[in-house]
Amino acid sequence: MEDDAPVIYGLEFQARALTSQTAESDAIRFLVGTQSLKFDNQIHIIDFDDENNIISKSVLQHQAGEIWHISASPADKAVLTTCYNKTSESRVVTCGAVWRMPPEWESGSHESPDDPHNSHNPQNLELLCHLDNSSHGNASCVLWEPMGDGKHVISLADNHALLWDLTESSTQATISSSATLEGKGQLKFTAGKWSPHHNCTQLATANDTAIRGWDLRTMSQIYCIENAHGQLVRDLDFNPNKQYYLASCGDDCKVKFWDVRNINEPVKTLEEHSHWVWSVRFNHSHDQLVLTGSSDSRVILSNMVSISSEPFGHLVDDDDLSDGEDNHQDEKTKEPLQDSIISTYEEHEDSVYAVEWSSADPWLFASLSYDGRLVINRVPRALKYHILL
Amino acid sequence: MDGDINATAPGTTPPDSDPARKRRVHGMLKLYYGLNEEGKTVDQAESMDPCDINGPHFDPEVYLNKLRRECSLGELMDQETCMVKQIRSLDSDMQTLVYENYNKFISATDTIRKMKNDFKKMEDEMDCLSTNMASITDFSARISGTLQDQHAQITKLSGVHTLLRKLQFLFELPARLNKCLELQAYAQAVSSHRRARCVLQQYSHMPSFRGIQDDCHAIMDKLAQELRQKFRDGGSSAKDLSECVELLLQLDEPAEELCDKFLSHAQSRLEADLLGLEAELRPPLSSGPTAVTDPYTGPARRLSVEPTAGSPTGPSSLNNPFLSPSSRTDILEFIDRGCNEFVSSLCLVIASYQELFVNRPQEGELASKNIPQMAIGKLHAFVDALATRYFSLVERRIQEEKSVGDNSLLVRALDRFHRRLQAVAKLLPGSAVPSQGTEIVVRAARERIKQYLAALQSFYLNSLTDVRQALAAPRLGGSSAGGGSHLGGSATGKDAPASLPELLSTLSASILNQIKSVLASVHLFTAKDITFSNKPYFKGEFCSHGVRESLVVNFIMFVCQSSRQFCESAGDRGGSTPPALLLLLSRLCLDYETSTITYILTLTDEQFLVQHHSPVTAVTALCGEAREAAQKLLNHYVKVQGLIISQMLRKSVETRDWVNTIEPRNVRAVMKRVVEDTTSIDVQVGLLYEEGVRKAHSSDSSKRTFSVYSSSRQQTRYAPSYTPSAPMDTNLLSNIHKLFSERVEIFSPVEFNKVSVLTGIIKISLKTFLECVRLRTFGRYGLQQIQVDCHYLQMYLWRFVSDENLVHFLLDEIVGSTAHRCLDPAPMEQSVIEVICERG
Repeated sequence: MEDDAPVIYGLEFQARALTSQTAESDAIRFLVGTQSLKFDNQIHIIDFDDENNIISKSVLQHQAGEIWHISASPADKAVLTTCYNKTSESRVVTCGAVWRMPPEWESGSHESPDDPHNSHNPQNLELLCHLDNSSHGNASCVLWEPMGDGKHVISLADNHALLWDLTESSTQATISSSATLEGKGQLKFTAGKWSPHHNCTQLATANDTAIRGWDLRTMSQIYCIENAHGQLVRDLDFNPNKQYYLASCGDDCKVKFWDVRNINEPVKTLEEHSHWVWSVRFNHSHDQLVLTGSSDSRVILSNMVSISSEPFGHLVDDDDLSDGEDNHQDEKTKEPLQDSIISTYEEHEDSVYAVEWSSADPWLFASLSYDGRLVINRVPRALKYHILL
Repeated sequence: MDGDINATAPGTTPPDSDPARKRRVHGMLKLYYGLNEEGKTVDQAESMDPCDINGPHFDPEVYLNKLRRECSLGELMDQETCMVKQIRSLDSDMQTLVYENYNKFISATDTIRKMKNDFKKMEDEMDCLSTNMASITDFSARISGTLQDQHAQITKLSGVHTLLRKLQFLFELPARLNKCLELQAYAQAVSSHRRARCVLQQYSHMPSFRGIQDDCHAIMDKLAQELRQKFRDGGSSAKDLSECVELLLQLDEPAEELCDKFLSHAQSRLEADLLGLEAELRPPLSSGPTAVTDPYTGPARRLSVEPTAGSPTGPSSLNNPFLSPSSRTDILEFIDRGCNEFVSSLCLVIASYQELFVNRPQEGELASKNIPQMAIGKLHAFVDALATRYFSLVERRIQEEKSVGDNSLLVRALDRFHRRLQAVAKLLPGSAVPSQGTEIVVRAARERIKQYLAALQSFYLNSLTDVRQALAAPRLGGSSAGGGSHLGGSATGKDAPASLPELLSTLSASILNQIKSVLASVHLFTAKDITFSNKPYFKGEFCSHGVRESLVVNFIMFVCQSSRQFCESAGDRGGSTPPALLLLLSRLCLDYETSTITYILTLTDEQFLVQHHSPVTAVTALCGEAREAAQKLLNHYVKVQGLIISQMLRKSVETRDWVNTIEPRNVRAVMKRVVEDTTSIDVQVGLLYEEGVRKAHSSDSSKRTFSVYSSSRQQTRYAPSYTPSAPMDTNLLSNIHKLFSERVEIFSPVEFNKVSVLTGIIKISLKTFLECVRLRTFGRYGLQQIQVDCHYLQMYLWRFVSDENLVHFLLDEIVGSTAHRCLDPAPMEQSVIEVICERG
């Protein structure tokens, strides 16, 4: 189906940072942060018109440095945070900052992505505040309080987890509490995720091969999955509908699903990628859909029915299925649902470091590879109907 | 008519052929008596012809007319002379006959005349004889008349004498019986009594006879009492016993009671045997052996010695109770003892019992009581009960037989066990005992197979431990012979340090030997001279299902599965398995796939003549299993080795401050280490795997300049980065480049050859390098250092891989990415790089 064909968008620069605009629930919009040491870095705002299959973009200048991580406020569409490299006097420091998008960008020119010289007079981001972490080390990521009012963020800097209160319209950031990872050697958080469950009082972090859970009220460790992966853990995600379920991925090419109440064994392990897995994301509404991106240049969409919040799927009434093309699908629905790979997307030619579901359309996702290629894909229609009907 | 025939016969036949004539005469006689049917029909056919000169309807007129009509003159003349000749000869024949008959008649007349004279003399003599006879008769009658009186008297006297003798016997009977009783000549007493019994019974109305009868009864009661006493008393031998029983039966004792008594008596003895056996089953106690064994051997000795008096196996069973009981007897001894004591006693009991109660000639009253049936029923119940106990003991003993060292002992024991039960089967045809015994043997065989499988598995694991030790201390030598020695030669029992191929060959040889020896041991079960080997179980199921499936196939599966576990267990928790072991096992599995499995199964099938009644695991399935295991192990090996090198590279990239590094003067030590490690892996893999195919490459790839980076490629690839006007070109060019190069699968399955393995390892390492580089920021010298390092890798790594372009491509990517991540990308001159690298 033409309709299912991927939409590809190319950035001029290499890029690792991708997020959907969390607070936006109407437009399908992704934010991409570029990595360039020589030029001013940019944040590309990618709007996708689902009906016409058209991408439109806006570019905002991010002059502070190359962007390693980007994350959008769940409360205010215009607010976002980045982690960026600042190079000064042959020192490279990674900082975190809260930015506001200029109000005009939306009304401003929506330029065609085909036009290569669209960034002649790009608008700048407005700096709201720095998450000053000079005393804590390099920031690896900044996390917004999920579904919060945009007043709290956590930044992970080397071996510290810092909880910030944003005040005065986010122009002031103060550390309200912090936790430090103690141990031998140079410990460094590589990834983290703020749990949407338990009233947003839990945080999961990854360092080396371990996954740790933190209680934000006391800033103390609540669990620790040692050797969660054979090698480095690259990313984490919480199941949005099952409070104890957590997905992780790492350099052992595996994606693991954990029940944090029983940390001795993963609930499930996927071994589909042929290189490190850099990113894992649950679909926000249908948590059986799990998206992973890997440096084998592939994106894999898996259907983890057995451990999802809908383990038996929706009950399907055969009469309701009038669509003729789904006839062969009917037979499948009668069989017990099984975990399966839905699809492997091979549009990328370089390592895929980030994948993200759209916050507006649960059937749509974007993936970003290092060479700056952003690919927007849809969940196959057959599966979509299967899940919905 | 006759004359006709005689006259005309010579006309048809040649006159001088005598036999022919005789035959013809003979034929005519036959014809006369109607013997020959064929002749008759011929005669009838002839008789109608008036021209037939021998026929009855011969008409000379017609004949002559016919001749005259048909023949020429010459022929007529011939016919005439012939006929004249025949007539002449017939005439002379007739003359001779007449003469002969006349002579005979004359001599007959003479004889008759002579006889007439002789008869007259005989008549006179006969008359004289008859008168003499009459006078003799007369005399005889007179004599017998005088003797008659005396004869009658004598007859009467002899009758009285006989009666008196009988009476005397009767009167003497009580005394005689008493005497017999005293002398313990019971048999004589009983036979005497039996002779008198009927008479006494008949004349019991007379007081004197009555007295005798009562006396006899009293005595016989006493005798019966005594017999019963003797019977009850355990001290009587089997022969005595049977005699006893026979006598009692003759005394009209109820047979049922006797059966019970006999059996209960036998039971006490057999139970003593069983107790003796059970005592042996008991683990030896720590206290003094004599103290422990006395209570057991005491009764056992008394009871087991005596019944052997008549048993053929007496001498051997005599010794057994006195064996030093503190040392455990082996199973053969145990079974021997069981056979000799219990089974032979049992047979003896059965035999004598049958002789006494079942097979005795059924005489008179006994026949009516239907004793045999009752007795057989009792015997069956008795034998079954005891056999069950015996079997449970034997089974307990068999179960204790855990050590798999010498199977022949067990097989021999089972064989003996089974063989001896055949005797019971022969004695007692309908009994379930032999089939139960066979069941036990079958169970024991099954159990044995399980034990062998376990032993094989533990042997395999022990061998692996040995190999592991040998690998851990490869140059120390004299690695201890591990726990596998109890099953035969240990894999690494020798002193010389073993290299990988040696380890592999010793491992595979020792496993194969072990399998063979196990097969040989198991094969004992089906040996020709073993009685139970021709049972259907041992012919069919034991071979196919037991040995082939449960033992051999299961073991191979176990090898594959345990190999696979190495991959899984080591996956998460860091490589606890040494990589060399993985490599070795992978080769082992591969060898299994190519030849060993087929060999083992063929061997098994041949040895056991397996007939595949039930579906069995196919060789191909097993081979597939083995290949899969081999593949998995090799993949895992690649992964582990790749990880080790990756880890070095990753540390080296992550821990350095690349922005502030100094100008490169050397290749970093870690790169040398990488090349060294790769070389040693290459050597290691080369020991076990073939070289494999590599794509053709230029003869001096090591000398290949880094044109890709330093000159044209480099320019095109990151030159655009300098000019802000054309940032798109970077992507375009790199994408075009990627369009034409194949996607590199990093952790992909490898082939079973050295080049493929090395390619896999190098791929993993370089990809790690690439990803790590992309996470860092480089200064000018950082980039140059990476250039130097990559060139160094390029110089050495190409030779290991199947397609050197792959190495080029990945190294390109690394340098390209580094350049991207460089704050001040000023690449080093190629010539300088080469100088540095060549310096080492």
